[in-house]
Amino acid sequence: MRADGAPEGLRQSMSWLHTWAGLVVGWLLYAVFLMGTLSYVQSEITLWMKPELHRSVADEGTLTRAVRRMEALASGARSWTIGLPGGRETAVRVFWREPDTPQGRAATQRALLDAGTGEVLEARETQGAGFFYRFHFQLYGMPWIWGRWIVSIATMIMLIAIVSGVITHKKIFKDFFTFRRGKGQRSWLDAHNATGVFALPFHLMITYSGLLLFMNLLMPWGVDFAYRGDRDTYFAEASGRLTSGAAGTRQAGAGTAARVEGGRGGGGFHGDRDDGNSHVATVPLEPLIARVTALWKADGIDSVSINGRGTPEATVEFRRRGGGSLVDRGASDLLIFSAVTGELQPPPQTPPLTAARATYNVLTSLHLGRVAGPTMRWLLFLSGLAGTLMVATGVVLWVVKRAPDRRRLGRTPLGHRLVEVLNVAAVAGLPVAIAAYFFLNRLVPAGLADRADWEVRGFFIAWLLCFIHPLFRSYRQAWVEQLWAGAMLLALLPLLNALTGGSSLFSALVSGPRAVAAFDLVALAAGALLALGALRTSRHSMGARKEMRRHSVPSEARPA
Amino acid sequence: MSHAYGSDGVRAVSRAARHRLNVLSRVLAAAIGGYALAAVATACLSVVLPLPRADAAFLATLLSFFVHACVVIWAFAVRSSMHVWIGITGAIAVLALVAIVTRASGAPA
Repeated sequence: MRADGAPEGLRQSMSWLHTWAGLVVGWLLYAVFLMGTLSYVQSEITLWMKPELHRSVADEGTLTRAVRRMEALASGARSWTIGLPGGRETAVRVFWREPDTPQGRAATQRALLDAGTGEVLEARETQGAGFFYRFHFQLYGMPWIWGRWIVSIATMIMLIAIVSGVITHKKIFKDFFTFRRGKGQRSWLDAHNATGVFALPFHLMITYSGLLLFMNLLMPWGVDFAYRGDRDTYFAEASGRLTSGAAGTRQAGAGTAARVEGGRGGGGFHGDRDDGNSHVATVPLEPLIARVTALWKADGIDSVSINGRGTPEATVEFRRRGGGSLVDRGASDLLIFSAVTGELQPPPQTPPLTAARATYNVLTSLHLGRVAGPTMRWLLFLSGLAGTLMVATGVVLWVVKRAPDRRRLGRTPLGHRLVEVLNVAAVAGLPVAIAAYFFLNRLVPAGLADRADWEVRGFFIAWLLCFIHPLFRSYRQAWVEQLWAGAMLLALLPLLNALTGGSSLFSALVSGPRAVAAFDLVALAAGALLALGALRTSRHSMGARKEMRRHSVPSEARPA
Repeated sequence: MSHAYGSDGVRAVSRAARHRLNVLSRVLAAAIGGYALAAVATACLSVVLPLPRADAAFLATLLSFFVHACVVIWAFAVRSSMHVWIGITGAIAVLALVAIVTRASGAPA
C-alpha cells in the first residue's frame, strides 16, 4: 500500500493494514477495552458505589432469613428468586413477580436484603458498573442496535489489526523479551509489542468471542438460508427442544432458572401461569435447603428460585455457586425439586454438546468471566488491562513515529493534530471521566430525583471537557495535565469512600468487605500508574529528544 | 504559470489520486465484499456440512468471522486491487451456486 505504487512484500502491506486499522478504531477500542475490563469486577464496583450495603455480613442463617422475608414481602408472588451474596457482594438480592403482571423484565420487582438481619436495605439509585458494562458493547445515547453494530464493526477491525500485527511482527516471541528503556520510539514499540504478545491468546479470545456473542445479529444469513427464514425453528432445534424433522410438535422447555448475575439479575421467569384461581400449598423449604446445603458443602448455594408458585407444577430450583464447567456454561449446577411434593426432578434438557457448541461455550464463558474464581477473575482483569495498554501504546506510537515528518515540515499537519487531541482525550481523559463518575456517585445526594442519570451525565461532561482541553494546550502539556488530573482523582477515591459512608480501606481490610478494600487498592494503584505516566511525560518531551537518540541507534535495530 | 509546476507535479497529483482510489477500492472490497463473501460462505456451509442442520448452521456462523478476517487480510496482501474484486466475486458466485444446488437437492425443510 505504498503511495508510489511500487511492489511490496506481505509484511509491508500487513504493517500498513495494522497501522491504519488500529488507528481508525483505536480510541473506541480503548474505551471498549477499559470498560470491558472493569466489567470483570462489575459486582465489586457496584458494591463500592452502594455504601449502604457495606455493612451487611452473611452467615449460615442468611438463606433461611431471606426465605422468611420473601414469604412476607412476596406472599402473593407466582415466582421469586433469592440471590445469595458470595465473596463479590454483601447483600441478598431478591426478585419476584406478582400474579397478573405482563411478561418481561419490567414487571420484575427487586429488593436488597441485609444478609445478617433480613431487613430490606435502601441503597442509592445508581447504574453502578452496569453503565460500563453496557457501554462496552452498545455505547450510550443511541438505539442499542446501532451501538452494538458500531462496537461489532470495531471488534472486527480489531481482529484484523491483531492478525496483521502478528504477520508484521516476524520475531514476535524473541521481541517479547526485549525492552529498550528510554529509547523513545523503540520503547513505545517494545511496550506495544509486550502488552500485545503477553496477552495475545486473551486478545484473540476476547475479540473473537465478542463477535460470537452477537453472531445472530451480525451474521444471520447461514441460519436464514438453511431454515428459509424460520429462525424460531432454528433456535428451538439448537437449544435441544426439537430434533430435526420434528417441527410442529414444539414443547415448552422446563422453566429455566432466573440466573442472578453480577449487577443485573432477574432474568426471565418462565413457567408462570397467571390463571389466578388455583392455589396449591408448597412444601416447607427448610428441609430442602438443609439437604442441598449438605450436598454442596464445598461450593455453597448461589441462588434459590420458586417458579409457578401455587400451581401443581411449582418447582424450587437451587443453583450451585462457582465451581462449574466452562464447557456447559454451568448447566450442571442446577437441582430442581417439585415445590408440591419435595421430590427431586430430572434436570432440564440442555443442548447436545457438540464440538462447535463446546467451543462457543468456552470462548463466551471466558469473555463473560462466567464461573471464574478469584484467581481467574484477576487474570482476566489484568489481561484486559494489558489489552487496554496495548491499544493506548499503539495510538501513541502513531504520533511518536511521525515526529520526523513533522520536523521536516516544520509544523503539525491537521491530521496529526486531530490524532494528538483524540489520543489525550481517549487515553488520559477516560480515566478522568471514570473517576468523576465515582466522585459523583458519592457527592450527588442520595435522595435527588434521577440521581443515577446525573452520575452518567457527569461522566460524559467530564469526558467532553477532556476533549476540549487538549485543543488549547500543547500535546505534551495536555498529556501531563490530564494524567495528573486522573491520578489525583483516583488516588483520592479511598479517602472519599471513607468520608462518605463507605467501609474505609482500613476497616475493609480488617473485617471486610474485601471487595471494597480491593476497589480502594486498585484505585490507588491506577492513580500511581497515571502519576508515573505524568512524571515521565513531563521529563521527556514527546518527540524531539527521541529523534536525537534515534540517530545513535545502530541501523540494524532500526524499524524495518 | 502552469508550466512552472511542470508535468512532474501533474504526475505526482495523479499518482496520489490513484493511490487513494486504490486504498478506497481495497477497503470497500474488504469490508463490503468480504462481508458478502462471508455471508454466502456461511449460507453454503450451513447446508453443505454433514451435520444435523442446527449444528451445521451454528458451526458455519461460528466460522463466518474467521472467513471474513481471512478475506480482509487477502484483500490487502494481493498485488492488484482488480484481482481482489475478481476473486471475491468469483468466490461468491461459486459458493452461492453450491449452496442453492445443495439446498434444492436436500430434504425439504
